[in-house]
Amino acid sequence: MSRIRKDYEKTKTAKFLSFVRGDKPVVEEDRTEEWRRRVEEVAEADAAENASYLELPDTDLQADRRLTRMGGMRVMRRIYYALALLMCFLIVGLLILNIAYMPPFGSADTPANNEVSERYLEKGGEETGVVNTVTGMILQYRAFDTFGETNVLFIGACSVIILLLHREGEKDKRRLQSESVSDGGDESEWTRVTYNPEYDRKGDAILQTIAKLVVPIIFLFGLYILLNGHLSPGGGFSGGAVLGAGLILYNQAFGFRRTERFFDEKIYDIIKVGSLCLYAMVIAYYLFTGANGIPSIVPLGRLGDILSSGLILPINLLVGLEVACTMYAFYALFRKGSF
Amino acid sequence: MEWVRNFPFIAIMLAMVSGPVSSVLPGRYARRVSFLVVITSGLLSVCVLAYVLQTGEAFTYKMGAFPAPFGNEIRAGVLEAMMATFFCFIMLLSLVGGYRFTAVDIAEDRENMFYILINLLLASLMALIYTNDLFTGYVFIEINTIAACGLIMIRGWGRNLLAATKYMIMSLLGSGLLLISIAILYGITGHLLMVPMHEAIVKIAEQGTFTEPLTVAVGLFCVGIAIKSALFPFHAWLPDAYGYSTCSASAILSSLVSKGYIFLLIKFFYRVIGAELIHTIQVDDVLFVFGIAGMIFGSVSAIRQTDVGRMIAFSSVAQIGYIYMGFGLNTEAGMIASIFHILAHSAGKSLLFVSLNGLSGGNWENMNYRKLRGAAYRNKIAGVGFAVGSLSMVGIPLLAGFTSKVYFAQAAFGVSSDVKMLVTLVALAVSTILNAMYFIGQTINIYTPLTRAESRPSVKVGYAMWTAIVLFIAVNLLLGIGSEPIFEWIEQGLALFG
Repeated sequence: MSRIRKDYEKTKTAKFLSFVRGDKPVVEEDRTEEWRRRVEEVAEADAAENASYLELPDTDLQADRRLTRMGGMRVMRRIYYALALLMCFLIVGLLILNIAYMPPFGSADTPANNEVSERYLEKGGEETGVVNTVTGMILQYRAFDTFGETNVLFIGACSVIILLLHREGEKDKRRLQSESVSDGGDESEWTRVTYNPEYDRKGDAILQTIAKLVVPIIFLFGLYILLNGHLSPGGGFSGGAVLGAGLILYNQAFGFRRTERFFDEKIYDIIKVGSLCLYAMVIAYYLFTGANGIPSIVPLGRLGDILSSGLILPINLLVGLEVACTMYAFYALFRKGSF
Repeated sequence: MEWVRNFPFIAIMLAMVSGPVSSVLPGRYARRVSFLVVITSGLLSVCVLAYVLQTGEAFTYKMGAFPAPFGNEIRAGVLEAMMATFFCFIMLLSLVGGYRFTAVDIAEDRENMFYILINLLLASLMALIYTNDLFTGYVFIEINTIAACGLIMIRGWGRNLLAATKYMIMSLLGSGLLLISIAILYGITGHLLMVPMHEAIVKIAEQGTFTEPLTVAVGLFCVGIAIKSALFPFHAWLPDAYGYSTCSASAILSSLVSKGYIFLLIKFFYRVIGAELIHTIQVDDVLFVFGIAGMIFGSVSAIRQTDVGRMIAFSSVAQIGYIYMGFGLNTEAGMIASIFHILAHSAGKSLLFVSLNGLSGGNWENMNYRKLRGAAYRNKIAGVGFAVGSLSMVGIPLLAGFTSKVYFAQAAFGVSSDVKMLVTLVALAVSTILNAMYFIGQTINIYTPLTRAESRPSVKVGYAMWTAIVLFIAVNLLLGIGSEPIFEWIEQGLALFG
């Protein structure tokens, strides 16, 4: 009722009729004066509190000075930007100039073509049991570095979880507006994470049909890259990326609810922790036996067979699972804030 | 091969495995795992230290089945083992001192994440210390950076997120420069391991080929590390990151994270490039200038702060300046002084952060200069800790900071150029006075009694914090009084580096 009256009061007819009746127009209460007074009171209280600690005279002269200083800041900022640009171009120029002095790329007598790469290429197959030398290099010769890289992925996923994970229906204790809350523990400041129906949005019919056709092939291809990493181009990182992309496509087409049927947070945890721990154990075994000169019990197999190359095959598989999980986790966390 | 030689490898792997395991454990179990890992790593490092002191030489450890130029390698000498032991100890004390605040500041479901970050940070620090391979160094720098970023933002307040963003941007710039530098070095030497790379570089320097790329690579490496360890003009990310994190995180970030990078730089200077070549390229002079500037301007910025957390953070800029100034002297004595200062600063700064959190109750609203007045009477042990830390930073005799300043001054007299000597001595004097201005002022402030009307109730101190602060004070005294053996170990370790 009141809304109708309010709407009516806004119309021209109502204004005209009230003018005829001789009503005084309703003046909106002017509160600026009160506000100004409040601001002054607060400033006075502040000044009184500050008085015992520091002198803060605020004269017109100082205000003027502050204004000019602001102007000076603007000029300084412009100079700063100009200098920064100049610096950038200088460094870019230096780095480009540096290329001219580097050994020519791809020529036979560059320093990089030394006994190290020679051994990788000539003895790689024999020593590590792989056809794909790159896999042999990253998973046998420099296995420790690759283990570190996998941990970079893991810790990256952990950091994103710290930043973005919101479980549904849970209170978010992290108060983003820290300045407004000083006494802490005020529950009204917490935001409750609510379920957003947007997360269930499925793709349209075209996307769903294509996904239905393509996703199995993508998974299969991903597994092929993983398991064939020691024989052909590919391996853990690339195969895992393909698997993760397949998962993301499936999710885009069918929504989170369908994906959760076979891939929820629990499965994610199991796969992530399981694959990383197994990987760590395998790599610890490899590094330990290698360093202590103990012969490894894992046979290298016949060069070129699918079941060959010793520890490289399981490591590729585990790295692939970890990478796929991390990729999907990034996607899910950035899109929804949980799995 | 002796069994002890496996210990560095075991320590690193243990810390790395405990990360994923902690991610499925509830918070308090993750905490226990983390404490256990830090203690075990520390004990293993002690064994390694005892072993290398006994044999008197460093050993390399093949990571995998393939020897040096082909596979990864780690190396442990006196200096490495000493640093690893010290870092584990400081990390343990920081965790113990701040564990009450950790429980309060961090949401319950994220507590295990905090300990994952700690474990991986420890792993990366150990790997940075022990590595004998530049690329391994780079990989673990990445882990270190992301873990540090997580530690900054895990408190989850707006300021932390802002600080973490700043840190991430600056740090990634540093990582990028490092990677370019390593790529250039690989291009001109064909090696990634430190020993073969050093041999190739010596050859390059003799022949006079590729001197330009070598200069560029060394420059980029130094700038990359300088950004990451907050040398003076690149310190913009530091005050928020250190000042507003949760107690343990502040202590660990300020005392250990940047030191890991600096240790890698020392390895780079001595084991990859060689001290003489560094002098020919004149990187040392550049670092010297920026170090001196950092000593002065870091302190000047610290004086201007009203927030004590930020003040201590800015004082880190000054202290990092000392370390780089020691590099800039480019004498063995200068380097020893720098390494000693790494220890002194780690011990002092972590003590200061833990005590400050004890004084303010872990809330940065209370870290204001005004609100801290008389705080030492409310929390007595934290007050003593803060006073000792401050005095050590200023350089009062018997404490760690004094010894390192004496070493710096002694090193200055050994420099061939008179200008450098004079500048070093003057800068040391000026910086000490500036340090005293804010640290002594702050100590007097916290010991200024409040009137009866303003008085606030005293804070209950847990056993954990009490123990941590007492041990921190002991470390500071130990470094101040009994610096001789440590000095000898550093000397011995540096000799093994060359």
